[in-house]
Order: sequence, then C-alpha cells, then structure tokens
Amino acid sequence: MGKRIGIEVSLAAAEAVKMADVDCIAAYPITPQTHIVEHLAELVNDGVLDAEFIPVESEHSALSVCAGSSAAGARVFTCTSSQGLALMNEIVHIVSAMRLPIVMILANRSLSAPLSIWNDHTDVMSIRDCGWVQVFVNNGQEAFDHVMFAFRVAESPQVSLPVMIHMDGFILTHVIEPITYWEEEQVRSYLPDRVPLFALHPDRPVSMGAFGMPSIFAETKAAQDEALIHSKAEILAAWAAMEQTVGRSYAPVEGYRHEDAETLFITQGSFGETVSLAVDRLRAQGAAVGLVMDRLWRPFPFEEFRRAVGAARRLIVIDRAVSFGGQGGPLAIELRSVLYASEARPRMANFICGLAGRDVAVDDFEAMYRRAQAKFQQQDPDAEDFEYYGVRGK
Amino acid sequence: MERAKTKEDLTWQEIEVGGVVTRPGNAAEYETGTWRSAHPVVDFDRCVKCGVCYIFCPDAAIYENAAGYFVADLYYCKGCGICPHECPTGAIHMEEETE
Amino acid sequence: MEAKNVYAYKLVSRQEYFTSGHRACQGCAEALAVRLVGKALGRDTIVACATGCMEIVSSPLPFTNWKVPWIHVAFENAAAVASGVESALKVLMRKGRIPTRDIHVLAMAGDGGTSDIGLQALSGALERGHNFVYVCYDNEAYMNTGIQRSSATPFGAATTTSPAGKVVPGQVTWKKNMPAIAAAHNIPYVATACPSYPLDLMQKVRKAVRIKGPAYVHILSVCPTGWRLRPELAIKAGRLAVETGVFPLYEVEHGRYRMTVDAEPLRPVGDYLKIQGRFRHLTATLTAEIQERVNADYARLQRKIRRGEGA
Repeated sequence: MGKRIGIEVSLAAAEAVKMADVDCIAAYPITPQTHIVEHLAELVNDGVLDAEFIPVESEHSALSVCAGSSAAGARVFTCTSSQGLALMNEIVHIVSAMRLPIVMILANRSLSAPLSIWNDHTDVMSIRDCGWVQVFVNNGQEAFDHVMFAFRVAESPQVSLPVMIHMDGFILTHVIEPITYWEEEQVRSYLPDRVPLFALHPDRPVSMGAFGMPSIFAETKAAQDEALIHSKAEILAAWAAMEQTVGRSYAPVEGYRHEDAETLFITQGSFGETVSLAVDRLRAQGAAVGLVMDRLWRPFPFEEFRRAVGAARRLIVIDRAVSFGGQGGPLAIELRSVLYASEARPRMANFICGLAGRDVAVDDFEAMYRRAQAKFQQQDPDAEDFEYYGVRGK
Repeated sequence: MERAKTKEDLTWQEIEVGGVVTRPGNAAEYETGTWRSAHPVVDFDRCVKCGVCYIFCPDAAIYENAAGYFVADLYYCKGCGICPHECPTGAIHMEEETE
Repeated sequence: MEAKNVYAYKLVSRQEYFTSGHRACQGCAEALAVRLVGKALGRDTIVACATGCMEIVSSPLPFTNWKVPWIHVAFENAAAVASGVESALKVLMRKGRIPTRDIHVLAMAGDGGTSDIGLQALSGALERGHNFVYVCYDNEAYMNTGIQRSSATPFGAATTTSPAGKVVPGQVTWKKNMPAIAAAHNIPYVATACPSYPLDLMQKVRKAVRIKGPAYVHILSVCPTGWRLRPELAIKAGRLAVETGVFPLYEVEHGRYRMTVDAEPLRPVGDYLKIQGRFRHLTATLTAEIQERVNADYARLQRKIRRGEGA
C-alpha cells in the first residue's frame, strides 16, 4: 500500500498525474483548478516530473497544444473549469472526433454570467454531447484513482478517446482529505506505456483532421458514436483491474441502501456523500429511501442505471445546473429519457440546488425528501415539475 | 496501385479511426487534368531545358522526360498558363482543348 | 532582380511532398509556395495546418495530398498545435520513447489564420520559444470562404466584405505588418518571401528551420481568383509586388534586417495594381496615396536595414 497522507485534493490529483509519467501538460490557470496546475509546474521545475510544461496563453491553445502533443504520441494532461472550458469548446468537440487520447480534469464551476468562481455543474452540462468519456469523482481518493483510470482508458487502443474527470470545484479541489497514494509498481502494472494507434512521425506519414464532405461526414459521426458506446467495455475492465490493483472498486452507477428503496435520490458528484447521510437519517425515521450515484456520465450506463432504480417508484433527482427553458435540470431531463420506455416508469421530483457552490446540507436534502413526497401525494402530474431549492423568492 | 475507395463507398466501419488518412499522397489519384480548357505545348527546338516551367508549376505537373526536356503531365495539368508566361525562351504556347 | 541563374532550378530536388491532384485553383501561387516549402524542408517534417485554402484543397477525406505527416485541428490554432507537436517530440526523445532525430515542425496558416484569428496562438508560441517554423501564406483575404477581407488585405483592395462601393472604395485600412509583429517577439528569424522568387523562398525556409527557436516566414501568395487576374500572371504579379516595393523581400536574423532581393530602382505601384481586378476601381488619388505609403514603408525598412549594418 502506498503512503497515506492528508493533502489538498488538487495536489493529490497533480501527484497522480506525475506518477502516471505524463509527457506534456498544457494548461491555463483558472479558479478553482489553479492548484493542480501550480503543483505540476512545481514538480516539473524541481526535476521530479520529466514532462514538458507548456504555459499556454489561453484555454483554447491549451487544448490545441494537447491535440498536437497527443497526435505526436505523447501522454497528455490538461485541466480547466467553466469559462476556460467554454473558450476551448470548439477543440473539445474536435479532439474526440479525431480520437486523440487526452486526460482532462474539469474542476466544475458555474458558467458566467454573472461571473462565479464557485462550484456547480453548468460547465459539465455545457459539453454533455462532446463525445468524451466523462466520469464524476466524489472525493479526493476517487480523484487520485481516476487519473490513472483516465489515462488507461483514454490510451487503450480499443478506445482512443479523450477522458474528462469531473471534480467539484472548491468542494473537492480545495479540501484536504486523506489520500492513499499508489505504489510505483501498482502504477506500472495498471498503466502501460502509451502505444498510439497513429502518431505524427515522418517514418509513417499520416494526415489527421481531413475535412468531411456530406457524403462521408455522417459515417464518421456514426463511427465516433460507436467508439464512445463501446468504450464501456474498456471502462469496466479498467475498474475491474483497479480493484485488482489497489482494492478499491468503482462502477458506472453506485447505490447506497438502494435495493429495497421506494424512493431514490439520484446525484452526481460530491452531493452523493452528503445525501448518503440524509438517507441514513431518513431511514432511521422509517423512510424506505436510498441513493443512486451516477459515476459514468458518458457513455451513459443505461443498463446499470435501470437496474439500480429497480422497483423504486419515486425518484428525487438533484441537479446542480439549469437547462434554461427546458424541462428541469439537465440530469433530470436525461434520466426521464432513459426511463421513458420502462413499463414501470417511476415518478420524478427534480430539485435544482447548490448553484455557485451554495451549501446544500443534510438538513436540506431531508427537506427536499419531504417536499418531494408532498408533491408525489398530489395526483396532478404537473406536480412533478422541477423546483429550485433554496432560492429566495422561489 | 489499388484505387482508394471514394467517400461514397466507405461504410462507417471502414473509415479509419478518427478519420486519419494513412496513405500519404493518395489524393494523387484525382485527375485535375479534366479542369483545363487549354494545355501547354513545348517547341523542343527552343526549349533549353532550364526547368523554369518545372519550378513554377503550382500543381507539380511538369516533369523532365527521358530526353531531358520538361513537359506537362496532362493527367494533372490545369492549363493555368503560367509555364508559357514564364518560359525564358518562349518555347511553350497554350493550345485549346478540342474536346 | 533575383540573380537570374535559371539553371539552378534544375538542381532543386524533384521530390514532391505536396502532390499533384490537389484541388487548388488554376494558377494558385499559394499552392506553389506550399510545394516549394515542402521541397525546402524535406521528408523529416511534421505540418500543423490551419483551416484555409490549402487545408481544404489537400485533405478531402479519405484523401490527402500530403506525403509528410500532417494535422489539421482548427482555424486559429496552427501555432498552438505545432507547439504541442514540438513539445511532444522533445519529451518523447528525451525519455527515449522515440529515437532522437532532427524533425522539423512547421505551422502553416493563411493571412486570416495568422494576423486575425490566429494572432494570439502565434504570439503565445513565439513567446514560449518553441523550435518550429511558422509560415503564413498570405493571399490577402479570407479566400477559402469567398474572398472576404482580412487585416492583411491591402488598402484599396475590393473584397466581398470591403467591396468597392459608391461611398467606400474597398478596404480602408492598411495591411497589418505581420513580419514586424513577429520580429517584435525577438525571435531569431523572420523573413518575407514570394514563390515568384523560388530559390530565395527555399533558402529562407531552410534557414528558418536550421535556426534554433521560433522562425516566422511570411509568403506573399498571389491568388488569381481573389485578386481577379488571369492565372498565367500569378508569378508575374508576385514579381511586380517585389519590384514596386509593395512586398520587399528581406530577412531579420537575430534582430538584424537585410534585404535579400534588391529590387531598386522601384517601379511605380501602378504597374502592380493595374493588372489586378481587385484594384480596378482605384482613382488616381487613391493610387497616389498607396504610392506614398509604399514609399514611406520602404524607407522605414531601409532605415532598419541601415541600422543593422555594422551591428
């Protein structure tokens, strides 16, 4: 077992990137991702990490540099948040279509306006359809572990896709947690050297990024979608291998006291741990409630999610983002569509809360539970619409 | 050389990962010669084999034949007219396509 | 006049790295420039290309005209992608993952992808000091999308977004001086070139790639389609641009300016403007204004050159 220390999660994530023997790091500072980048710069300048640290002049260039480096065969890492993600948006879509392995930590943060440096999932939802593999981590240990996972999945020849790790900004990035580092041999056995499918090199010239006429474009998109869908096999294998290597197990969807639940909370990201405490409290009061946490966001784990929901008749979906003018928060919208075809379609109460990092405590989730049950009592299906929780005036 | 499948033939499974093109220069199969309405004709008595036409052809369509004269490859020649214009001895003139 | 040793052209390598069969217009001097740059760099080159004419005419999936490794990502980031390639090669060689070898990294973009949307990425790459060559193929407008103006479009030129109208006579701003902007980054090598002077162009590209650090080469690429001139005049137009002082051929090596093609005595700018349809609407007044400006810019360049002597 590697050393176990209390360390800020951002620094731990950077340490994981270092242990993964990254080749190129190109990142632009943005709160709350800065500590990750700063620590990597320190590791490079102290000679502890042999990598090219490229201090780019914008996030758009950060991901463009990563594209070039990955195309040339290097192991590549970047990180950003909110506005930075928005600025590199064009390239986000391009690198997945070009099947370039890149690992990115997204320190989740509100999208402007107004400017907010604090945590929510609006940036996550803005690139929902970008074609990357996307996973949520809920605590510092998961962040460390998933850096290894991300490189392995991204670079696996059957996948060859960029991978994004969603980590709640400030709430995870800036807290000190106990993290068990991996040992060098564990990293070596889990994460092989990168062997690119194609690399820019004169010995084997290839052209990457050719343009697509209408007569071929649709086929390239179908191919890209299939690649993302089929990456699930490697994702599951990578988690299984992780359990073998370090003894911690992860799954696309994880449940807590969910099997016999009548009502289920559904969360993504760090809310999960808080909700689990609310579940315990409510259970102690006799409520048949549980929690299902979505870890794998793309490719969406349809089977696992439906199985986790099981026979539960009522879902309380917690969204940390808004879909303006849409039918609720983005997660609720997705899940409704996942469950639409189910014979036993559960009812759904959707709460949007925690925007810009506003604290949502155990008490609040308990209150949401009671509010949801009250709405479920009403037979009016419109009572199932979404609600903002904790917004003054609402 | 086996003719590459055109974009109209490829199924999604046949497209290389990420749309990568692995056969360098395979676009050389494309016959740009069908574009032209005139082609260059060389007067070999005037040609001094200097290679000016060769260097100025944007399509690399001029090559040195076995006798050392520079002639246009009509598979590619777009008939732009640069070579007669630049030829220092006036050895080239353009002739209209008859078809 | 370029030293007229016409027979030197025969000695240029016959190897083509940008093959025939590309879909550039008849008489495209930009395609010619790309061809010559390819010859100057050889097979050990990786090209990061921006969206633009050259990208479109040479890479219709599933085909490519490129015989060297080539990557296109987006419009404004050729310099950033090239930075990534250069960094990757550096670290992979250092870690022994690929054999250490001289591999040239080339970023290429048009004037739009350089002086407008690509300026930031270029500036960043130059400041970071990557060992690469950036070539701007300047056809003086956004040609690929249909001849819209860029900041490299010369004063008075008609484009679709700076049309010669009844009130406003075409482009009303003066061409952005990209080589000066590049030189202001204090990079070791900056040069202007034109495919009408192929040996000068190729020598500069070779020099650029041999110098360690960032190099910037700005190539005037005559566009018969966009400039509205007959394709056969593409080479002549480039020559006239040089001979009238509109586009002097010079290089800046470690800050020292040097003219590489002596075009004096300069011809009047009218000789260059009158063969191009995009300037057809110019009045004598506007032409005089252009001549005045060309004189002033040329004089400024001469002062920089004189200051460099004896440095």
